[in-house]
Amino acid sequence: MLNLSDLVCRRDERQLFAPLSLHAEAGDCIELRGPNGAGKTTLLRTLAGLHSQFDGAFACAEFLFQGHRMGLDELMTPIENLRWYGDLEGVRLDDAALREAIGRVAMARAAFNLCQRLSQGQQRRVCMARWLLSSASTWLLDEPYTSLDADGQQLLNELLQLHCDKGGIVLAATHTPLRISNSRVLEIEPAGEDAR
Amino acid sequence: MNLTGLLSREWRALVRNRGAVLNPMAFLFLAVMLFAVGSPVSDNETARYGGAMLWLIVLLTNMLSLDSLFRRDFDNGVLEQVLSTAQAPFMVVLIRVLVQWLGTGLLITLLAPLLCLLLGLPSEAIFTSMLALLLGTPALSLLGAVGAAMTVGFSRGGILLGLLVLPLFLPVLVFGASAINQAVLHMDATAPLAWLAFISMLALSVGPLAATLGLKISLQLQ
Repeated sequence: MLNLSDLVCRRDERQLFAPLSLHAEAGDCIELRGPNGAGKTTLLRTLAGLHSQFDGAFACAEFLFQGHRMGLDELMTPIENLRWYGDLEGVRLDDAALREAIGRVAMARAAFNLCQRLSQGQQRRVCMARWLLSSASTWLLDEPYTSLDADGQQLLNELLQLHCDKGGIVLAATHTPLRISNSRVLEIEPAGEDAR
Repeated sequence: MNLTGLLSREWRALVRNRGAVLNPMAFLFLAVMLFAVGSPVSDNETARYGGAMLWLIVLLTNMLSLDSLFRRDFDNGVLEQVLSTAQAPFMVVLIRVLVQWLGTGLLITLLAPLLCLLLGLPSEAIFTSMLALLLGTPALSLLGAVGAAMTVGFSRGGILLGLLVLPLFLPVLVFGASAINQAVLHMDATAPLAWLAFISMLALSVGPLAATLGLKISLQLQ
């Protein structure tokens, strides 16, 4: 579930964008568009509970947040990172599920290397494996295409499509259009002159 | 949340990042050694202020290791994941502090006999010193975590961390040093030891929650 009603994020008492309203049903994929500095990242962080300066209201249940920073511990292997996220969610992931997820993102060969040895794009792929294993229904993604190669972008599109088909919700801040059927665009507009 | 899984990750991180434990320990021994070399050998005076010296060096050592307590997780984004999705983020913080304590407080406690001898403390004071360190160092880690959480957003938070945390360490220094002094004078040290235990309990009930709040504030500033 994802609902915004007249949500405005503030930063240093400055209104970042015009009030946003949104009602997302299961299976919706929403692209968050707006120029640099419009407040896309801040909006996603607000929904994830990491930014508390806002007006209006929102409801965002069982979400998964993927920011600019990957959220992978560089001293751990991809497998250990994935298992740790399972521990955090309170689900015990068995080896088969882990192997399947890591194979799905084509990272099986690097599954036991420390994450500090992996490239940015490879780490992004590990993050995608984490989304697959998560039980969260709403995915909040910030620039998901960053540092992915052509195959990786293709894979990302497939995963997002699959998630929406299963009844999940995707809200992604992106400059590159997502190639998902029935995706909607939510445009962030700068705050008007009358904004206090 | 699966606590053993979370604990095993912290333990693995500690083993893989040994420098975070070994460097503060090297500092500890260097500081004690410098004190031993610099102090006059002619008299037995060192026994009188050895306790205070030991605690002072332990405070500084703990502060050194606190700077890296949340740094890595903050930079790689694990922390924002913990605070945005975990049901009980303070448990993750508590586990992190516990493992930090294993690598500083508990290790120092085990090495205390050696430190006491280097500082010229009489052998009767060794047991009390160990007990005082065991009871007092959890408070250092728990209170220090609050300071570490609030300064983690600054790339050079080191000196600020010291200014925030050292005043909080004051009661531990007072009672810790007095426990050792009592033992040196062959007096009963139960009272200061009980105070140390009390401070640690207080820090345990306040520290993790305060540190979690501090981390939230640090992440807000991003």
